[in-house]
Amino acid sequence: MEPVTNHLLSLILFTPTAAAVFMLLLPREKISLLRNFALAASLIPFILTLVVWAGFNPQPTAAMPFQFVEKAEWYSAIRASYHLGVDGISLPMVLLTTLLTPLAILASYSIQERVKSYMILFLLLETGMLGVFLALDLLLFFVFWEVGLVPMYFLIAQWGSKNRNYAALKFVLYTMGGSLGLLLAIQLMGVAVGSFDLLELYQRWPGLNELSIPIGLSVSTVKAIAFWAFVVAFAIKVPVWPFHTWLPDAHTEAPTAGSMILAGVLLKLGAYGFLRLVLPLFPAESQQFAGALAFLGVAAIIFGALGAWAQNDFKRLIAYSSINHMGFVVLGIAAAAGMLNTTSPVGLLDKTIALNGAVLQMFNHGLSAAGMFFLVGVLYDRAHTRDLNEFGGLYAVLPVYGSVLIFTAMASLGLPGLNGFVSEFLVVRGAWPVLTLATALAMIGLFFTGAYILKALKMVLHGPLNGRWQGHLTDMTRREVLVMAPLMILMLVLGVWPAWLLDMINRAVAFLF
Amino acid sequence: MQFPILSALIFTPIVAGVVLLALPAEQKDWIRRVALAAAVLILLMAFKLYFSYDPGKGGYQFLEEAAWLPQFGISYKLGIDGISLPLVLLSGLVIFSGVLVSWNVEDRPREFFSFLMFLGASVLGVFCALDLFLLFFFFELAVFPKYLMIVVWGYPKTREYGGMKLTLYLFIGSVIALVGTLAVYFGSGLRTFDLLALEQAGFPIEFQRLWFPFVFLGFAILGGIFPFHSWAPDGHVAAPTAISMLLAGVEMKVGAFAALRVGIQLLPEGAQYWAPAILLLATINVVYGAFIAMVQTDFKYVIGFSSVSHMGLVLIGFATLNRDGLLGAGMQMFSHGVMTALFFAIVGMVYDRAHTREIGSLGGLVRKMPWAAVGFIIGGLVSMGMPGFSGFVSEIPVFMGAWQVAPLVSVVAILGILITAAYIFLVVRRVFFGEIPPELDQSVGDVSGKDKLVIGMLSLVMILLGWFPSLLTRLIEPGVHSIVALMGGGW
Repeated sequence: MEPVTNHLLSLILFTPTAAAVFMLLLPREKISLLRNFALAASLIPFILTLVVWAGFNPQPTAAMPFQFVEKAEWYSAIRASYHLGVDGISLPMVLLTTLLTPLAILASYSIQERVKSYMILFLLLETGMLGVFLALDLLLFFVFWEVGLVPMYFLIAQWGSKNRNYAALKFVLYTMGGSLGLLLAIQLMGVAVGSFDLLELYQRWPGLNELSIPIGLSVSTVKAIAFWAFVVAFAIKVPVWPFHTWLPDAHTEAPTAGSMILAGVLLKLGAYGFLRLVLPLFPAESQQFAGALAFLGVAAIIFGALGAWAQNDFKRLIAYSSINHMGFVVLGIAAAAGMLNTTSPVGLLDKTIALNGAVLQMFNHGLSAAGMFFLVGVLYDRAHTRDLNEFGGLYAVLPVYGSVLIFTAMASLGLPGLNGFVSEFLVVRGAWPVLTLATALAMIGLFFTGAYILKALKMVLHGPLNGRWQGHLTDMTRREVLVMAPLMILMLVLGVWPAWLLDMINRAVAFLF
Repeated sequence: MQFPILSALIFTPIVAGVVLLALPAEQKDWIRRVALAAAVLILLMAFKLYFSYDPGKGGYQFLEEAAWLPQFGISYKLGIDGISLPLVLLSGLVIFSGVLVSWNVEDRPREFFSFLMFLGASVLGVFCALDLFLLFFFFELAVFPKYLMIVVWGYPKTREYGGMKLTLYLFIGSVIALVGTLAVYFGSGLRTFDLLALEQAGFPIEFQRLWFPFVFLGFAILGGIFPFHSWAPDGHVAAPTAISMLLAGVEMKVGAFAALRVGIQLLPEGAQYWAPAILLLATINVVYGAFIAMVQTDFKYVIGFSSVSHMGLVLIGFATLNRDGLLGAGMQMFSHGVMTALFFAIVGMVYDRAHTREIGSLGGLVRKMPWAAVGFIIGGLVSMGMPGFSGFVSEIPVFMGAWQVAPLVSVVAILGILITAAYIFLVVRRVFFGEIPPELDQSVGDVSGKDKLVIGMLSLVMILLGWFPSLLTRLIEPGVHSIVALMGGGW
């Protein structure tokens, strides 16, 4: 068992790739074999994640900030290594990814054409996402950060809806364009410090006050530029206003499962980048620019909510809601950034609360956004339209669907007792003392959140029934309920008893920041 | 005495070329088999070299030396180091692929394969030569098969123009390089063409600064340096598929390699003096080449101009004159060679079936030729420097090298990545996806098994290298060390 237990993270990371390669050999006509194989293969990383979870010691120590660490030679010529590890921030994200991928694959059983390529791309996508959360080497981080774009591009461009080509290209160019600055900054840091290893960079980069680079700028200016290069790359992915315009297009045009993963996991990559790289590597700059970050976060909350409210396309509405919800993550991060150097017990507590809220909000949004996108997909599969004006009164026709939709929407809205409330409350509570005005404005945004969600529920479920649906719509199938069940259970559990997850997050953020 | 494997490597294609010419023209099967056998032999020997080179020892290995024209200081001296060995391997891969994709050449296959072999001998000779005269000899040997193959088997509409332009440009380049080479020969006072001896000649600094541009530029024209790059797209597009693969994949590396071996290694202080100018031109190569590639409507021209852009990165790596930059240049030469060979192979496969290269009249080919589509996508990802493929691990060290000497170059050149991504995604979409034009729906069929072998092999090489860059850096690193040692303190 030694080789397995010592390489658990590598196994989690590359099982999907291995499965994808194996799928190349399967016959393309055997559609149900392909589907079931992909589903089974994606369950393996999930089970392994549970194994890691069981063996994970929630209390990090200076001697062991990361656990299940693996380190091997990779690109030694430029001092980059294959270095993996998890802590209390990344492990919940790994769990989220390995949980959502099988659900998304199950949701993709409705895909009929080119199932083989579709499933292969999906499994490759999972490796790309997991690698970002697991990497402890900056270059390796970037490798996985970019690699995930390729399968996502093809998933949108090949299996998306009408405007897919435009949306896919916009998505990929936006993200790649944003990553150029990140790539440059990574190269700069690698050259300046002489290593890409994250633990070493944590030690040496923030305190570096002399650059071996003939750039003609002061060190602090270079660092500020590098900081913004990181921030822009991650802000595009989150996305933060005003870098969000790729998102409504990509999410709306992507196939259902693609939207689930986009909203559920890919957006978290950006937020994770803030936590893993920006705050620890640029503490001084983060503190200096915390106000600007908070402003962007609040703008995302308010404009995201207003944007969602204005939509008549159900899927687009949910897409904008992601901007709205991810704004809270950014707000929490900005609050923590503003208090990075605080030493007062009260300040420390506020900072920890804000970060707890941010990380938990990432997890929660992953659950609710994936659920909402799936429910939009369920409706679209039957009605072949997403126009809210066409619906109405569906509760009477589709009682199961209606109940599930209301439950999920309430979690998304932040109803106490469900998960969204806990994390948004923590963010607001943590951010209030330092970013009072921004937090107050965010509360206004929260009001619009309620408005657009209720608007969607009203236009889909209530009011007079559009006659053309009479007798044409069928309720959710067992498979579809199966996709939603784990999400709904987690939403409820996290709303009532979040401690099992928060304990791990709390110890990690208290230790790191 | 050990087996003279480098001589065997160079003379295998020469012998094969002669044998082919001696075969009766109607024995097409035998002609192909002989060519394939020679290509396989070259590839096997290249792999043998790859596995037997000792990176721990470094330096030139498998040395062979024989007197040739001793009264002029000319000798037949061969040897390879960590820089040239990957290029030998590259040549082996591309020659083998070139033979496979040309399998169905119906027009005078005897001469076609024979000339292909001579071209192969020429490039292998340059990579292995350790005598300046010998290097030049092999360098010039390529002119005649290159020209003939373009004008005889090339694209009928532009082959005369493309062939003539390419030949004239390269001729001018080699004349300039020859002048510089002769200056080096006489300036050293050693009366020898031995590269290793000349490296130690210790030329005065003014001499180096004066003659470096001749040597470097003369060879770099074949590497596609701006503003002398325009022969490359025209020539490559006019050439038949296998020759495009060999020209863009290997011949451009011959130019770059000779510029490094003769220009930078013999005149290091001249290189330091001129490095900023090279950086400037090479950066223009990268960005301008990518822009021009983006506006092309001819499928093959897109690839032709993308080579100009990518060779710019090689030249940037050279001009940094530091360890990281040179390492990246070495990687990029190999990676780009494999990538562009694959690109041209696929363009040829598409053209052979669709009889057009206009991007606007193509579409939906993924359903007809899925292997070609996947291969082109993989090549495209390499081209845009996507991590996980060989392009990324080659570009990163180039950029890191540039950061150490001229950060602005990194910042500007990285735009090339984004532009490349844009045009690759657009071309992939227009050619391989979307609606298939009705006239193509009838006529286009899948690629052959041999084509699939080529696509699979070259794609696999690029993916393996992307995840395991040490496969090549283990060779290139020691090679770079000895060059950096010549440089003293860098610039």
